[in-house]
Amino acid sequence: MDKLKPNEKLDIRNILSDLENYRPEQRGWTWRDKGEVKVGPFDFKQASPSLKNYVPLQSAAFLGGIDPQPDSVVTAEIASGRFEDDIRRMRMAAYHGADHIMVIRTAGQSHFDGLLEGTPQGVGGIPITRKQIRAQRKALDLIEEEVGRKINYHSYVSGVAGPEIAVLFTEEGVNGAHQDPQYNVLYRNINMVRSFVDAAESKKVMAYANIAQIDGAHNANATARDAWKVMPEILVQHSINSVFSEKVGIKPENIALSTVPPAAPPSPDLKLNLPYAIALREFFDKYKMRAQMNTKYMDSSTREATVTHVLNLLISRLTSADIQSTITPDEGRNVPWHIFNVEALDTTKQAMMGMDDLLGMVGIKDSGYVQDKKREIQERSVLMLEEILELGGYYEAVEAGMFVDSGEYPERNGDGIKRGIDGGIGAGAIIKRDEDYMAPVTAHFGYNNIAQYDDKLASDPQKLIGGTTFENPDMIQYIDELDESDNVYLRLDETEKYRNTNIIKPEVEWLGDGVVTVDLFFPTSKKIAVEAAIKTGENMNLTDVEAIHSEILHPTEGTRVQIKGRVNFDIDINTLELPEEIETISEDEIFEYVKKNPLHVIAGTGGEDEHSVGIREVLDIKHGGIEKYGINYTYLGTSVPIEKFIDAAIEMDADAVMLSTIISHDNTHYKNMQKLHDYAVEKGVRDKLVLVAGGTQVTPEIARKNNMDQGFGRGTKGLHVASFIVEKHKERNNK
Amino acid sequence: MKERKDDYQQRRKHLEGMSDAELKKYFFELSEKVVDPLVEMGKNYTSKSIERSVLLRMGFSSIEAKSIVDLLGENDLLRKGAGHCVYKLSNIKNVSIRDAGMLISDGKGIDELKEVFS
Repeated sequence: MDKLKPNEKLDIRNILSDLENYRPEQRGWTWRDKGEVKVGPFDFKQASPSLKNYVPLQSAAFLGGIDPQPDSVVTAEIASGRFEDDIRRMRMAAYHGADHIMVIRTAGQSHFDGLLEGTPQGVGGIPITRKQIRAQRKALDLIEEEVGRKINYHSYVSGVAGPEIAVLFTEEGVNGAHQDPQYNVLYRNINMVRSFVDAAESKKVMAYANIAQIDGAHNANATARDAWKVMPEILVQHSINSVFSEKVGIKPENIALSTVPPAAPPSPDLKLNLPYAIALREFFDKYKMRAQMNTKYMDSSTREATVTHVLNLLISRLTSADIQSTITPDEGRNVPWHIFNVEALDTTKQAMMGMDDLLGMVGIKDSGYVQDKKREIQERSVLMLEEILELGGYYEAVEAGMFVDSGEYPERNGDGIKRGIDGGIGAGAIIKRDEDYMAPVTAHFGYNNIAQYDDKLASDPQKLIGGTTFENPDMIQYIDELDESDNVYLRLDETEKYRNTNIIKPEVEWLGDGVVTVDLFFPTSKKIAVEAAIKTGENMNLTDVEAIHSEILHPTEGTRVQIKGRVNFDIDINTLELPEEIETISEDEIFEYVKKNPLHVIAGTGGEDEHSVGIREVLDIKHGGIEKYGINYTYLGTSVPIEKFIDAAIEMDADAVMLSTIISHDNTHYKNMQKLHDYAVEKGVRDKLVLVAGGTQVTPEIARKNNMDQGFGRGTKGLHVASFIVEKHKERNNK
Repeated sequence: MKERKDDYQQRRKHLEGMSDAELKKYFFELSEKVVDPLVEMGKNYTSKSIERSVLLRMGFSSIEAKSIVDLLGENDLLRKGAGHCVYKLSNIKNVSIRDAGMLISDGKGIDELKEVFS
């Protein structure tokens, strides 16, 4: 397939074509090439190489457009229910720094006994199928080429079909997966014996494919009543899964602990989270840390979530994070939207690079509270393991309700999750292998009597049948679609008018969804404000209006409400009048030119115009105006008679005149431009002077029609004007 | 578990004298003791999902694997391994692995397998 180009949209139909013959480019997990990196004028310590194509932070505009990348792999969780729309979001996420794309499964998939096929729409996630994975992996193979960095693709090897999913992931080049039988047991009520037996096979397959494993221990934080009290238990859960995985064959460097700082403000965040983060990293130093952000205390405020997440990033920088996950700040109110995935990525990049080399400058005290608390958490976890063994082992401890109790171990509140050894989904479904049990395949765990046929093949059973899909991908049976009424082609047809046409519509997650948000303030109580906000949305002709956030500024003086709703019209881009783009040259080029050719500019607002804010921003060094580039200017003030601009220019031997003007009903602004030109001609200096006009209503076309060399409208920066003056000056002097 | 007040201070007495390194070592010794029996079960048991995953690797689709494993399960043959049954039948009938699997999914060859594995 053709390479992606930054100025071309990704064609979903192209991705879907010839999928049956697509083979992923590689297997296994990729870490970033981390170390010291010089980006622009800065030396970063905890960094990785910059991307080939990217969108930097906004403030990078003042720093040469640099986009330093952290050392950690950075995750975006993307799963809106329509995998085809998610592919576009994955491309946006990659441009903002994601190199680990995690796909959440649709509700109920973990209880489905087998693999799903085709491309049905999902709820709160997407149905993971061979076709869906292959399409997304194919798209990511193109996107990683575009951004110049490998992208890890990730989903879940859990539920009652774990081993099959692990095989599917290996065949299709999935690079990372959640795998933790305890998650099945505690949160999905899947029989515990079945879960561990299946997990052994799943992990063996993952080990073969070099798939990085993330565990599920952090879910105890989200489930327990007081998240910070389950810290000792979480160490135990991490340990059970990690040690089990290693014994099955996963290399320690592919075992990642999913760890969340359990507390969030207004609790004393760092005081609770830091000792825990240290306790964990000290015990589990041979494994990797996947630092996740806190979701337990999130509600609808995206600002509040973002602050909590930045504190989580501080913990990562004060300790370590091999994989830094991101939680979208809107997760507390809806299935994440495009923009919030990108916000979470930018928050992460901004905070991590802002805290570069933190531990090179400050240290954690080696005695006192933080060390005492760390040790206490560790001791409590040791005591819990002791009691698990006293009770007879893991199964017995789960039966006794030892896990996810709200008491901080050894305190018990009697509210833990209880599961019976013979209970849950898939109970009684395990089968003891006979002495002649055999499986002629690669990466099969446990007893396998190949020797009954050929004792030389014991270490490579697949040779008995001449290979499996792992050695020979052409053996894979590809199923396209099973459901004629629910598949990607039908969904694409429905939104076809928005695809590669001149028609667009606002969107938050799905092409053409039409969803917009409106941010409102009402000078009243919350109860009234929320209803007033919904009414406002309806009066704006939005449909499906819902309040998605409210915050009280004062119980009676005022409430902020955010609503969402759908617009019911399309925009034809051919009907839009697009502003002309003013070309700029590099800042260095301007500095260089002005150094050799000192420039002097006369500026002011012309005629009867007292508005000086705009022009001062374009002039002053403080606002990044032309002065910044060494251009000298004389500001004549406001309401300057037009003749005075030219007289001053002659007197001071200036090179350019900048006339600022507002719109007026009698077209005075046009007349002033023309007058400026005419007077310069009259004085015989028009060829020598660069004349430009600017103002919020000025357009380049209007200005040029009135004999200005150029016009500058809303959003003009010093760089635009300086670029133009330099280029024009150059052109004239070359004549 | 029964409600219990925090008795950490009493319980921890035997840990007090351990260095951080000793505590960590002890933590992983205990973890191994918890995990070892779970790993043993994994070695000696199988499940329908494991057997379907074997058949996927042998080149069957998810739908084919499900029907083969369900039929073998009904006939108490999964203890031999689903892949084993397919391999055995391909030898008995002198057909390819794929054809042998398709025979089983059509309900054929079960009696031969029962006989040979009896």
